[in-house]
Amino acid sequence: MPFACIFVPNFPVAAVSRAEPELRALALAIFEGKPPMEKLFTVNENAARSGVTSGMTKAQAELCSELTLRPRSLLQESVAHAVLLDCAQSFSPCVEDAAADTVILDLAGMESLLGSLPEIARSIFRRTAELGLDGNVAVASNPDAAVLAARGFSGVTVISPGKESESLGSLPLEVLFANRVFANQCASNEGAEKATDKEKESAGLLETLDRWGLRNLRALAALPEIALSERLGQEGLRLQQLARGTAWRTLVPVEAPAVFEEAIELEYPIVLLEPLAFLMNRLLEQICARLASRALNTQELRLTLELQNLTRGDSRFDASEISWENDPSRISSQSPAQHFVSGRQNKFCRTLGLPLPMLDPKLFLKLLQLDLNAHPPGAPILKIHLVAEPARLRSAQGGLFLPPSPEPEKLELTLARIAGLVGESRVGTLELLDTHRVECFRMRRFLPGGAQERLVSKELASKDRSRKHFELAEEKSAVAALRRFRPPLRATVTMENAELARVVCAKKKEVQGSVLWKAGPWRSSGDWSEREAWSRDEWDIALQNAEGIALYRLVHDLLGGGWFVEGTYD
Amino acid sequence: MSSAVFSTSAAQGRPFVFESENEAEVCSQAELFTEARPPQRVVSATFPGAFNFQDARLAGVTPASRLAVRPAPEMVSSGIAGMDALTGGLPRGCLTEICGPASSGRSTLMLAALSAATRRGEFCAIVDASDALDPLSLAAAGIELDRLLWVRCGENSHSAEHRLEQLLRTTDLLLESGGFGMIVLDLGDLPPQAARRIPLATWFRFRRAVEPTPTVLLAVERQSIAGSCSSLLIKLGSIKLGSMKLGASENQASPTPTHAQLLTEMKITAELVRSRMDRKPVRSAEITFASKTTWAG
Repeated sequence: MPFACIFVPNFPVAAVSRAEPELRALALAIFEGKPPMEKLFTVNENAARSGVTSGMTKAQAELCSELTLRPRSLLQESVAHAVLLDCAQSFSPCVEDAAADTVILDLAGMESLLGSLPEIARSIFRRTAELGLDGNVAVASNPDAAVLAARGFSGVTVISPGKESESLGSLPLEVLFANRVFANQCASNEGAEKATDKEKESAGLLETLDRWGLRNLRALAALPEIALSERLGQEGLRLQQLARGTAWRTLVPVEAPAVFEEAIELEYPIVLLEPLAFLMNRLLEQICARLASRALNTQELRLTLELQNLTRGDSRFDASEISWENDPSRISSQSPAQHFVSGRQNKFCRTLGLPLPMLDPKLFLKLLQLDLNAHPPGAPILKIHLVAEPARLRSAQGGLFLPPSPEPEKLELTLARIAGLVGESRVGTLELLDTHRVECFRMRRFLPGGAQERLVSKELASKDRSRKHFELAEEKSAVAALRRFRPPLRATVTMENAELARVVCAKKKEVQGSVLWKAGPWRSSGDWSEREAWSRDEWDIALQNAEGIALYRLVHDLLGGGWFVEGTYD
Repeated sequence: MSSAVFSTSAAQGRPFVFESENEAEVCSQAELFTEARPPQRVVSATFPGAFNFQDARLAGVTPASRLAVRPAPEMVSSGIAGMDALTGGLPRGCLTEICGPASSGRSTLMLAALSAATRRGEFCAIVDASDALDPLSLAAAGIELDRLLWVRCGENSHSAEHRLEQLLRTTDLLLESGGFGMIVLDLGDLPPQAARRIPLATWFRFRRAVEPTPTVLLAVERQSIAGSCSSLLIKLGSIKLGSMKLGASENQASPTPTHAQLLTEMKITAELVRSRMDRKPVRSAEITFASKTTWAG
């Protein structure tokens, strides 16, 4: 029964490097602690070559000019851990969350689906790299052997069944305790005492084995079991079984939560839209890669920006600096209503709802950019947090004889751009309201997607009859349309012998003259019990203008007392 | 020599004979190639070792028989039987102009075309420069509202230039997006002097953008402004004083009092001014049809 293990060495560095890929080529050190007692927690290979080691104080490390220092980010580490689980879940449903930097996969039955074990191991390695983590992958016949091989050998390792002891023999004894050491390092303050005890115990065991002259797993595996048990107890036997690669245990599978979130904490607040877009692009690509690895799409993106609190006396960002009306690429501070205050920090939230599940980071970035242009956050940004709600892949079967419809991704972007041009509330499809009041409609989002298609197919049968009715009606005549003036034009009406004689509209010169023909009035009223009651008389009138005769709808508001030209029949 | 295929027949002044009628356009293009040359039979004999200048010159010219023929556009119903009889319908992948003064029936035609398109299951878009669309008229015309995208230009602005700019940019975006069966540009309430500011290059761009698509691009305006870029131009006449018909609402119990008589019908006169669909010379033809108001049933 084969098992694979993914292990990410130097996990805190890998987590930071994933968020900032440009740091991979530099000498990087991660520090933690409260100032001024900050100490280096871990360093990467380049930094180690420069003579920087973990445990140095930050002040000492700063003497190395080539060194890049970053604070330890638990947020980035938790995100990297989620990525690791996503990667494992994309290969096998049975995954054990062994440690923050280690996951174990059960590969039973996968060979027929994904190829031979070396091919699977290479695929896992590639997928891990695609998701931004440089990990080691090992495949062995039991979980613990796979874990030891992943910790001990870099790259891809495949151990054939029965050759575990031989393969693992060359590894140093420290790999047996690597998990405990890292767990102790990662332990929070609450469990600090317990962690220290375990660390001491591990250090003691390692020292004992070292004093016996044991340097690698082969030496430990060769010791007689009874003698080892007499000296080190059950723990000694367990370590020997691990060294021989014969330890066996049942995998404890976990179900990775379907939470797809990425975040970046910024050292310095950003005030321009361009760098914000650059960072958002990185987050979106990472989230989309994770969703793709789980064969999911998203239908909702939630962007949360933590903003800097601006006070009147803030010397770094005064109000004039962030009210960039002339520069469209800057985030302007014109919509204070968009923020809400959470504790001490301002949070700015935007939710991007999509009509259909999609997975295109470029499209998402453009949509978020257009949205932020229309709704600027209004203050410098300290942290970017992006969450994608997972959704199942869109299953659309295009009909051979169906008329073409707009491509959802393109249409979404087009609608967002049009909304930026004409205003958000002025683009969409209209819905009539159940009232006789004038202008009785509201704008809705234009959704030509699958849901609407399904609705149409359901209603197809019922509409068939009404369509035939319409077609018959169409053959008879067309329907005269009204073109509305929005808002209605106020008019001055002259009456002669209680009849309409002349209409003059000051706002529109062509709507004036003697009434050549008239029909009406048609009296209507409604909403008597409401505050917005209405009552009106309507006439259809013909007036002479420069181009000929035109038909208008004239309305007398019986409650307000004014005359209005509401539109023209065309 | 393959070049003899097109040049000999043209040189002899014989009419081109092709199997399909669509290839008739090829003839005119072939004539363009041969126009500058004096009529003569092309000698197809070649001499070994000798360089034939004519062959070298003609080598880069595609023979007329292999020229791509632009297929005739598919015509779709305009929603009014009389109008279809006059124009043959609205051409896909082309620009159609409907122009006329106020109350001439432009919106009636526009809604009928939109109604027919949505009933065919197509998605349509209307870019409304004056925000003048009446929702009740849309519903009465039988338009499936779910399939219609309405873009209302001119928020917080009454300037015609601003609306025009929004209209043009929106149209560009919609054409680029694709997938719409019909896109309507409603310029009906814009003053002609403002609408005429749209450069001809813009109309040419629209024409080129819509050409390879199955979209009907319809422009509703007071006067024709797209020039030769439109494939079909329909001009509507001003309404006549005697063409309105009075009647009572169907809900009204008879006998109808005179003050409750309503406009129920108006006569619309349409003239086909230009059509590129026909190979015959353009002829002007007129029809008159009635459009009923919503309440007339």
